[in-house]
Amino acid sequence: MTERQQNQDLDTTALLDTLSNELRNLLKTRNIENPVMIGIHTGGLWVAEELHKNLSIKAPLGALNISFYRDDFTRIGMHPQVQPSNLPFNIDDQHIILVDDVLHTGRTIRAALNEIFDYGRPASVLLAVLVERDCHELPISADVAATRITLEQNQHIKLIRNDESKKLLLSIEKAK
Amino acid sequence: MKHFDIQLDSDNNLRHFLTIEGLKKQMLLDILDNAENFSSVSNRQVKKVPLLRGKTIANLFFEPSTRTRTTFELAAKRLSADVVNININTSATSKGESLLDMLHNLEAMQVDMFIVRHNSSGAAHFIAQHVAPHISVINAGDGSHAHPTQAMLDMFTIRRHKQDFTKLTVAIVGDIMHSRVARSQIHALNTLGVPEIRVIGPQTIIPKEAAHLGVHVYHDIQQGLQNADVIIMLRLQRERMEGALLPSEHEYFHMFGLTEDKLKLAKPDAIVMHPGPINRGVEIESCVADGPQSVILEQVTHGISVRMAVMSMTLGRSSLSEGGQ
Repeated sequence: MTERQQNQDLDTTALLDTLSNELRNLLKTRNIENPVMIGIHTGGLWVAEELHKNLSIKAPLGALNISFYRDDFTRIGMHPQVQPSNLPFNIDDQHIILVDDVLHTGRTIRAALNEIFDYGRPASVLLAVLVERDCHELPISADVAATRITLEQNQHIKLIRNDESKKLLLSIEKAK
Repeated sequence: MKHFDIQLDSDNNLRHFLTIEGLKKQMLLDILDNAENFSSVSNRQVKKVPLLRGKTIANLFFEPSTRTRTTFELAAKRLSADVVNININTSATSKGESLLDMLHNLEAMQVDMFIVRHNSSGAAHFIAQHVAPHISVINAGDGSHAHPTQAMLDMFTIRRHKQDFTKLTVAIVGDIMHSRVARSQIHALNTLGVPEIRVIGPQTIIPKEAAHLGVHVYHDIQQGLQNADVIIMLRLQRERMEGALLPSEHEYFHMFGLTEDKLKLAKPDAIVMHPGPINRGVEIESCVADGPQSVILEQVTHGISVRMAVMSMTLGRSSLSEGGQ
């Protein structure tokens, strides 16, 4: 059990604005005009919904469920409750913005990249995350992150969405 | 005392899949939900996910099968497992090697899963009792006992069309006596809460104990099909029949074959199912098998997703990584 003692709930409105602006600038620098966006279930998809709106991306938003690509499948087994992947566009030769809530070990992104390449051959993939934290385990880092933080060993950061207001909150929890 | 079920591991995860009997409703729903997720894989450019990469699966078919063996093989390959098909007629068992000796040899080759089809009831259970702890066994049909993956793909097909199991009337027509498919379907329909299950057929091929399975028995198809939401037609299993149980095929078709006229007795949006292989003009009229209410080919497609679900659930147990291997 984690106890949310001395938890810090951070408002994400400013972070989402920062992320949208940085992403807009990066697309301009790289001369990318019609990107497609893919959010990783579940938190990444929430962030992607906001970015997709803010950047007025024309193609519908894609959703990725990486559970068939996890490297810890034999340890944790199957979780049927997550929605399947849905990429409502052709991947080939597209510039893809991959969105997640928190970049931590990098294993989720590794799995997501493998899955994307099973749908086709994109022109490029760039990674946008709300929070990039320390303790990477793979040579993966974000192209844009709204904030970069260092946490204590027993601390976890998690994105929560209010069911009614749809407001996103970042919560830092301390494991007991 | 804790009830011991050979199909479950110590964490109540699915270890073997031998029969529907004894499995909880939530387990069946988990299989259907996982299958729903896997169904999208077959529509992609690369019809493969790396979930079972490095696992080896042996298809042990002691009885001929095309559809079941092929869909198990495709399901395994779409999960990135390696598959060996062992054709029993030409293998060492015909040289006098015992079944257990053959299994132990396959175990020595580090096989992770056996898919078993056998003409004796209980064969898959027997094998499950004797395999090493890390190996899973899936029953692909044993005698007239059970065919659980077929039943689950049928439930998947029903749910795709009808959503709520608790409002349905399901009619199973034909050779119930020799049908492992019917037995597994009845267990699954009961577990999922279907309120009205009917079995329809001549007295000689409806087992006497049918009423104990929680079904209503009809010997008149005209009555049995009234207001049905789902009609499942079964093949006459001539190879399992002993003695003269039936008159001619022509007469059987006249009495129990599903024709357009008889189909009109069911609800207008009723679906027609058949586990295959179908015998046109014996249990089903061609125009019904190919008609708009038929979902027979969908069943085949769904067989792949359901088998992917069962394979990944049995081989993705957390208890596997902690010990056993």
